[in-house]
Amino acid sequence: MDSRGSETLLPGPRHEVGTPPGPRAEDALPASAASAVKVVVVGGFGVGKTTLVGSVSEIRPLTTEETMTQAGVGVDDTAGVERKTSTTVAMDFGRITLNEQLVLYLFGTPGQERFWFLWNRLFDGALGAVVLVDTRRLEVSFDVIGRLEERGVPFVVAVNAFPGAPVHPVAELRAALDLDASVPLVDCDARLRTSCRDVLLTLMRYLYTLATPEPQ
Amino acid sequence: MSGGEADDGPERMYVITGGRSEAGGRAAADLDLVTLVVARSVPEPGMAPEHAAIVRMCQYPLSVAEVSAYLELPVSAVRVLLADLLAGGRAEARAPVPAASLPDAELLEAVMHGLQRL
Ligand SMILES: Nc1nc2c(ncn2[C@@H]2O[C@H](COP(=O)(O)OP(=O)(O)OP(=O)(O)O)[C@@H](O)[C@H]2O)c(=O)[nH]1
Ligand SMILES: [Mg+2]
Repeated sequence: MDSRGSETLLPGPRHEVGTPPGPRAEDALPASAASAVKVVVVGGFGVGKTTLVGSVSEIRPLTTEETMTQAGVGVDDTAGVERKTSTTVAMDFGRITLNEQLVLYLFGTPGQERFWFLWNRLFDGALGAVVLVDTRRLEVSFDVIGRLEERGVPFVVAVNAFPGAPVHPVAELRAALDLDASVPLVDCDARLRTSCRDVLLTLMRYLYTLATPEPQ
Repeated sequence: MSGGEADDGPERMYVITGGRSEAGGRAAADLDLVTLVVARSVPEPGMAPEHAAIVRMCQYPLSVAEVSAYLELPVSAVRVLLADLLAGGRAEARAPVPAASLPDAELLEAVMHGLQRL
């Protein structure tokens, strides 16, 4: 396809031969799509982030990589060559076309502290976040919530009900997570589209109350 | 493809972006993951293959994140490639809804409306 073929750097082997990379025709956005908003789904390993994104996305969830290069710390560089370590993190995301002009993207990102370097770009301009919680492992959620509060990112908490997971009374869970009374806490089943949609609607209604303070 | 396997290592990245880093270009840094990109030209002979691939896939709007996913390149590299195309007038960027500390009510209503139709 190009006279400089020997320099072609496209990752050919991973694409179907003869198919240029890009969305399937039916996955194209309307030409009128003018702007996009994003919501971040954050939670620990295996909590259902990818499942949630996939449940509501109109396209098969995609994966994008973000790399962070940092000067190697604690690496012996006797040769005086600055060693760099590069961390790559994959994020899955999905898409919902809201109307002819507006598109919503949902990004799933791991909650562990070592992935927080992703957050600056990711949360920049994000409407808000969904914290997915597995009641069998509350620690990650605890850190994530603290971090979101620090950053001033509005969020709702969705408890993904796994079979055999301890069922806590809401008040207990709120206390365990040290949640502000105003922050919505809902149950969800990440495998169900309607359940995930309701979580997103809960987030939007919450954002709406923040945007339109009632004079009382 | 001289028998080499696909390699996402730093060398490949370096070649693709001509050694430029994201920090080098304001335009690149301004591209959010959800900035929508639309091509303003068709692939032309002589374009670098990555540029041609982007122009081809962006005949309809596509987010930076989607371009990165389809090209299988990190977002940082895609930002640089897109900045080239924007600078050359071969693509246009539709900025995300401005980052306000709090989104406005009208926007949220539109989002809720769209979600309710799911
Ligand atoms: N019972 C039940 N199982 C779920 C639910 N959500 C996800 N699972 C299952 O849990 C497993 C992990 O889900 P993923 O969506 O891959 O979780 P993740 O958070 O993306 O995981 P990582 O990306 O590896 O951190 C899968 O086998 C899902 O089918 C849920 O709501 N209920
Ligand atoms: Mg996942």
